[in-house]
Amino acid sequence: MAVYTVTVAESEGLRGTGDADVLTALDELRLTSTATARRDLATHRDDVYFLRVPEGTPRETIERFAEDFLVGAPSRTGAVREGIAFPDRTRDEAAIIVQRRTGVMDPVSSSVLHALADAGISTNCDVRTARRHRIKTGLKGPTLSRDVLHVIATSHLSNAVVDECHSFLAGEEESLPDPFRAAEPASAERTEVPLREFDDDDLMRVSEGGGLSLMIEEMRAIQAHFVELGRDPTDVELESLAQTWSEHCCHKTLTGPINYGKERIENLLKETIFAATVDIDAPWCWSVFEDNAGVIGIDEEWGLTIKVETHNHPSALEPYGGAGTGIGGVIRDTMGTGRGAFPVLNMDVFCFGPLEATTDNLPPGTLHPRRLLSGVVAGVRDYGNRMGIPTANGAIYFHPGYIGNPLVFVGSVGLIPRDKVAKEVAPGDLIVAMGGRTGRDGIHGATFSSRELTEESESVSSGAVQIGNPIEEKKVLDALMRARDEDLYRGLTDCGAGGFSSAVGEMGEKVGARVDLSRAPLKYAGLTPCEIWISEAQERMVLAVPPENRERLFEILAEEEVEGCVLGEFTGDGQLRLFYGDTPVGELSMKFLHDGRPKTERTATAPRPVPHAEPDYQGATIEDVLLAHLDHGNIASKEPVIRQYDHEVQGRMVLRPLTGPGCDAPNDGCAFSPHRDDASTVVVGCGLQPLLGEIDPYQMGAQSVDEAIRNVVASGGTLDRLAVLDNFAWGNVHDPEILGAIVECARGAADAARAFGTPFVSGKDSLHNTYRAGGVSRSIPHTLLVTACSVVDGPSRAPSSDVKHAGSVLLLVGPAEPSLAGSTVQLIYGGVGGVPVPFDPKLGLATHRTVSEWIGDGRVHACHDLSDGGLAVAAAEMAMGGGGLGVTLDPTGLPGMDPINVLFGEGPHRYLIEVSPSSEADCLAAGIPVHRVGEVTEDGSFCIARGAETTSVPVSELCDRWRAPLQSVWPLDDEPVAGADDSHTDDSETETDE
Amino acid sequence: MTFRAMILRAAGTNCDRETENALRLAGAEATRVHVNRLSVEPSLLDEIDLLVIPGGFTFGDDVASGAVLSYTLDRRLRESLDRFVASGRLVLGICNGFQVLVRLGYLPGDGGRGALCWNLSGRFEDRWVRLRAGQAQGPWFEPGREYFVPVAHAEGCFEWFPDQEGQPFPESQIAVTYIGEGDGEAGYPANPNGSHLDIAGVTNAAGNVMGLMPHPERFVRPTHHPYWTRFRKNGVPPTEADLPEPLGLDMFRRIVRTAL
Repeated sequence: MAVYTVTVAESEGLRGTGDADVLTALDELRLTSTATARRDLATHRDDVYFLRVPEGTPRETIERFAEDFLVGAPSRTGAVREGIAFPDRTRDEAAIIVQRRTGVMDPVSSSVLHALADAGISTNCDVRTARRHRIKTGLKGPTLSRDVLHVIATSHLSNAVVDECHSFLAGEEESLPDPFRAAEPASAERTEVPLREFDDDDLMRVSEGGGLSLMIEEMRAIQAHFVELGRDPTDVELESLAQTWSEHCCHKTLTGPINYGKERIENLLKETIFAATVDIDAPWCWSVFEDNAGVIGIDEEWGLTIKVETHNHPSALEPYGGAGTGIGGVIRDTMGTGRGAFPVLNMDVFCFGPLEATTDNLPPGTLHPRRLLSGVVAGVRDYGNRMGIPTANGAIYFHPGYIGNPLVFVGSVGLIPRDKVAKEVAPGDLIVAMGGRTGRDGIHGATFSSRELTEESESVSSGAVQIGNPIEEKKVLDALMRARDEDLYRGLTDCGAGGFSSAVGEMGEKVGARVDLSRAPLKYAGLTPCEIWISEAQERMVLAVPPENRERLFEILAEEEVEGCVLGEFTGDGQLRLFYGDTPVGELSMKFLHDGRPKTERTATAPRPVPHAEPDYQGATIEDVLLAHLDHGNIASKEPVIRQYDHEVQGRMVLRPLTGPGCDAPNDGCAFSPHRDDASTVVVGCGLQPLLGEIDPYQMGAQSVDEAIRNVVASGGTLDRLAVLDNFAWGNVHDPEILGAIVECARGAADAARAFGTPFVSGKDSLHNTYRAGGVSRSIPHTLLVTACSVVDGPSRAPSSDVKHAGSVLLLVGPAEPSLAGSTVQLIYGGVGGVPVPFDPKLGLATHRTVSEWIGDGRVHACHDLSDGGLAVAAAEMAMGGGGLGVTLDPTGLPGMDPINVLFGEGPHRYLIEVSPSSEADCLAAGIPVHRVGEVTEDGSFCIARGAETTSVPVSELCDRWRAPLQSVWPLDDEPVAGADDSHTDDSETETDE
Repeated sequence: MTFRAMILRAAGTNCDRETENALRLAGAEATRVHVNRLSVEPSLLDEIDLLVIPGGFTFGDDVASGAVLSYTLDRRLRESLDRFVASGRLVLGICNGFQVLVRLGYLPGDGGRGALCWNLSGRFEDRWVRLRAGQAQGPWFEPGREYFVPVAHAEGCFEWFPDQEGQPFPESQIAVTYIGEGDGEAGYPANPNGSHLDIAGVTNAAGNVMGLMPHPERFVRPTHHPYWTRFRKNGVPPTEADLPEPLGLDMFRRIVRTAL
């Protein structure tokens, strides 16, 4: 074998900004001080390709390949060296080389292999890639010691979880370990765990030592089962049980018995969320809480799938890979619903610690919220954009309680033909795995997600982090849709948490399965059967294929360049039999696997409300309070994030997250046309009220549903065919009071769903979101994300939120008097507790229906939901989209003494609408609370009139303040980097790899 | 007579379906064909009037945007494509397709080479931009007319590398440019990527090959307009006539109309 190194650099003299990642690192490490200094820096990023080709391959062939393909453009230059060797650097250049760790997925290498095959070199070759960062040191640049280089490399250019990096001082020659060295081989023999004689301590040592995350009752049940069988379990069997019985896969807390005070709850979700759906009994719910996503009807022929997941722990350790594989995973849920849905929308909601957090506030081992935000956004961006799915709905929420354990919610909406919703598995069907190869990535993700994050999480759980390859998933999607439309398979699911073990275990539950693990295509040799079985390598689907369709299926896979293999078959004997070649490595009855788990009983107590303390805004003017709200990350413009997402691909979008003539004002939700016509419109929005959780979790549950519905109604939806989803993200549920809060919250959410006739169709919980540092365990704030989705016949009815006509009237619809309890005022000015405005089922229903009717009859020119920041912030945001118009608010007709509460207080069922003066009288007589609170003006200023005292700010100034906070995370060139001094350097971010 | 278009797709193509939709709305017959199929059956090119390479991230844009697909086309289909282009039939590259046509050298063609480099902002951006059609040949745009369409890319900064140093980019090959508020350079963000001469799209000298970064196929219905809600009448979505600028569909209609 011969090895060549091809190094590709940008041509000299091109306009460009240098190596952005290195520049950011130098800025944040204070090695540059001004924008001018930044421009003087000479930084370069070279792409490095290591090619291993058969001995005797002519050097000219490699040179031509490098020139035509790896360079391929006049803007780049390349250098070919034999062996592992690089073109010389100038004498004053230091270098950092970053490459993937051995065994870690490297998506680019497969693309280069594809091109090598087109060049006629298709056998016995291999490719690895790396990046070389060159930084000029000395006179104009910074002085770079080995330590500083190491800090730049580890904190900004690589992530130790997946990358290795090597630093070289100016004048020092590069030397690297062999990039082609093989991962450590492992034995493929049957391994038994002799636990029949173990006592409880030994059993827990097996559970903890093996990363199984099983509780003692569960270990005892396993022990009893194998005592009965008269043998010890194998590692594969134990792992299968641990995956299937994990909180992630079976939600044992929320579906198990809870003793709540004097009450006995047998199954919380069944008695609350699911019961509401059963009571509502909507005929348009085609599949609820049984498949990978909920399915609701759009019309006679097509349905809509919807699912929201969390990917918190992987994102906390490795934001880019964690969020990317999070969105990739939930897209596979869509693809794996029924016999396959086509994904048409991505959603993402993030909860982080404050952007202004200082290093001292950060628990050791955690990433700064800025680093998390930029990494997570890059992860969703690169996966979603490459898959060609618009990411068009979401929220970002900052609260100190998320600093050690961020939340990353990712959602997916898909389209499915009605006749593809049902799925089944028949004995004799082949088990076909298709998509990415299996590797050692993502081992123990399902069990890891049920554990507490600690300072050591990074090193202990590095295997739990996955690396995504969106193009692999896109190929799988293209092939899957063709195979689906030809009816080549009967059953289908995705490989998510637990990998093959969960996918095959679930599909074969009723029939049984026989699997030969040696048939799975591997990324590299040396995986044990157990690793193959539980690997969470991405981009894989499992199909149940009637044998007669095998040939045609593999034809399609070949044309779409998707790898597939027959892992085994579904049997009919009710047993799960695992082999490696001829060696049996495990056998479990499906009955024990799925029904053998002992129910875990939990205790819950009613949560005590936090003591009330008033916020301190003494001395602040109304203008101060308004600007402080616009400055707050929860309210600030999300435009820098939205623009990085392709939110228009597929050509279905009709209401975008941004509106107004500048395309820069906020809408409440998004809407799309499923068939790109006027026949139907789907509207999506979400609700999130974490501050209410500590005050009254019941209210949080009900009001989160209300907020999601407000966002959908304001975006043109109706209550007629509106489905909701629940995502509980909670802390330590072993604490009875924390578990009690879930009970209350679930009841609130279920009552709201019943009140509005809006069934829950899918949900997911993420428990144990706790963080341990310095011996203290902290739980995140109770968090419920509600996603709402409305299907409306006809074209979009959306008025959008931007004010449209000078002279229009602004009406507040819904309860006139809000509360500061759980409001953004408390986040900004301190204070906790208090009494929130209670959820009112009758008034809420009447308000949503009325606003929706008014939007339908065309009288509403603009509509905005009142949420974070209340009336004043809603009115300001409506003004921002007005293209030069202004708004004057006159709240003197509203009840309440404290102007801060009147203007900034929050509460349920509230909308602000713009109507013509001719519609005003009719609206005021609607029989629900409606108040005239202002008008649209021509003069471009935002005024709050309160008798003699008037506040007036130009709308353009509001816009600038509102845009600044998130823009500072993604500065344009030459803008100063805000927060440069508060980033920390103990940890690392991955490269965004574009 | 029908106007037949082929939409070429490969691993990672992702705008093929909406491009097919746009072509059909414009009256064309459109089929999506995988590059692996065309590789074994290049004669499929004989049956079409227009070859479209749509947007997406072919092969993840690994190595560079459009690099793998253009190399694959070069190695497998160069002769067939050369014949197709020489015959005067139409080739359209949108976004990733533009990047592919530039790497293959069909655009801008003679006189020098082009490259689509990283946006000067250093990041992917989705935003609506205003365009003015240039003097280029071909059925693509009405010269001088203004358009409003979305861009969504990270590598769209057009750079010009003339064979003879100092040779300006031929004005007769500028299909569309980004325009700002007044005259003069558009500036960021009106020019979203920093392209040389505000170039958004170019043709070859003959005018039968055109590539552009913006996505006309994403503006084929009035409700695609990013603030169509401001042109509503009595709560009803606007019609084409209510909008201040033509739909992106206009480009596809002109292609079909001119050919027939």
